[in-house]
Amino acid sequence: MRSFTYVRATGVDEAIAEVSADPEAAFLAGGTTQVDLMKDEVFRPLKVVDITRLPLREVSGDDDTLIVGALTTMEELAAHDVVARRLPLVRQALLLGASPQLRHMATVGGNLLQRTRCRYFRDPSTACNKRDPGAGCAALDGFHRMHAVLGASSWCVATHASDVAVPLTALGASVRIRGQGAERMVPLTEFYRVPGETPQVENVLEHGEMITHLEIPLLPRGTRSGYLKVRDRASYEFALASVAAALLIDGGTIRAAHLALGGVGTVPWRVPRAEELLRGAAPDREVFAAAAEAALSGAVGLPGNGFKIELGRRAVVRMLSILSEES
Amino acid sequence: MDESAAAQARTAPGQRAPGVARVPVSLRVNGTERRLEVDTRTTLLDALRDGLKLTGTKKGCDQGQCGACTVHVDGRRMLSCLMLAASADGREVRTIEGLERDGTPHPMQEAFVRHDGLQCGYCTSGQIMSAVALLEEGRAGSDEEIREFMSGNLCRCGTYPHIVAAIREVAARGDHA
Repeated sequence: MRSFTYVRATGVDEAIAEVSADPEAAFLAGGTTQVDLMKDEVFRPLKVVDITRLPLREVSGDDDTLIVGALTTMEELAAHDVVARRLPLVRQALLLGASPQLRHMATVGGNLLQRTRCRYFRDPSTACNKRDPGAGCAALDGFHRMHAVLGASSWCVATHASDVAVPLTALGASVRIRGQGAERMVPLTEFYRVPGETPQVENVLEHGEMITHLEIPLLPRGTRSGYLKVRDRASYEFALASVAAALLIDGGTIRAAHLALGGVGTVPWRVPRAEELLRGAAPDREVFAAAAEAALSGAVGLPGNGFKIELGRRAVVRMLSILSEES
Repeated sequence: MDESAAAQARTAPGQRAPGVARVPVSLRVNGTERRLEVDTRTTLLDALRDGLKLTGTKKGCDQGQCGACTVHVDGRRMLSCLMLAASADGREVRTIEGLERDGTPHPMQEAFVRHDGLQCGYCTSGQIMSAVALLEEGRAGSDEEIREFMSGNLCRCGTYPHIVAAIREVAARGDHA
């Protein structure tokens, strides 16, 4: 690990000023991704600004919106009463992610910013355009079973690894971003960047900017929602494909629908076209299959991950079927 | 280093790493105040093992994947290999050495012995620290729940059924507080 100076932040604005003033400085929150990447020499800050004690850990809100401090841990958010009652898809995604130890450390803000688990990104002896722009992509001809079939480019096929970002994207959640200028709100659908020719740019955050809060719109009462995660092990494993969905069914008709996929995209993948198909339809296999087709529309497989296209479709149909059968 | 110098080392702005940067850390470990000065790169795991000679906590993967380094920080189970010692400054840390009471092993330790919950033993400290936390979290309602909430602790000898049996027994007796 490269040597760094350690600074404990005394306030949000102080932390932002400290990191903004130094291009080699970085925030440190739960550290579950970052400390690991520092050990591997993938991430080499010269100054670490520890923000874990800043007062950004409370959860509040009203009947329409939940406002979550970015330093709330995954376990704390999963245990929150409103999340349990009104956002089952968020709770399930949180508890299906990582392990209890990691969830007690990892913050929700950090979760949204976690780096890909692509083994080539994490191994500086191999080519990676995300780590070293222009170096090439070893995953294209390498082990890419876990990699993305949606939103990829010939520069990068790395999957976005977060579970909870998937339901949050489906729900239209936004992040509140503070920098040295004005505060801004960015919906997650506009926060993440697909790799294109610049896979090193993963989101719209500028150096020194901090996610301070997350704003999650609550689902109308009566909405059924869930998160389905398909993976190689029963627990403690990243998704091969996952689906976050919410359906409001009334009088045999779908009145509202939210749908996003994880494990298959370079970013959490919301599918407005599938939501349109579902809205106003009767909840049956036919419309679920059409939504699944739309959800994987444009997917491109490599030799090792092409199976994810059909797996993703089936996961969509299964998730929607489970929700429609709930009484 | 006195208190004010220690505070300054933590907060001095614009300071650059001159080769090796060091930072004072004060931890309350198993009820005892411990002070040490570490390289900023030191993890809580290395501070416990190398700095404080508490070698009961094990280093397995050192990447947050195996759970062997599990300790309790402010009452919650965490991975000491992914936490900087500097970040743990001022925190309450409980390790496997802190479970016994007056020379008597913790009920979970005894149950692991009774049920043969280990073979090579390398993962055992982490398993037990995780198991004790799991009971405090109220996550031992069924074998399925125990397995799910112990999933962050790997055992390459495959002792899982015995570990689940040990936890189930302590949970049923309810004397783990």
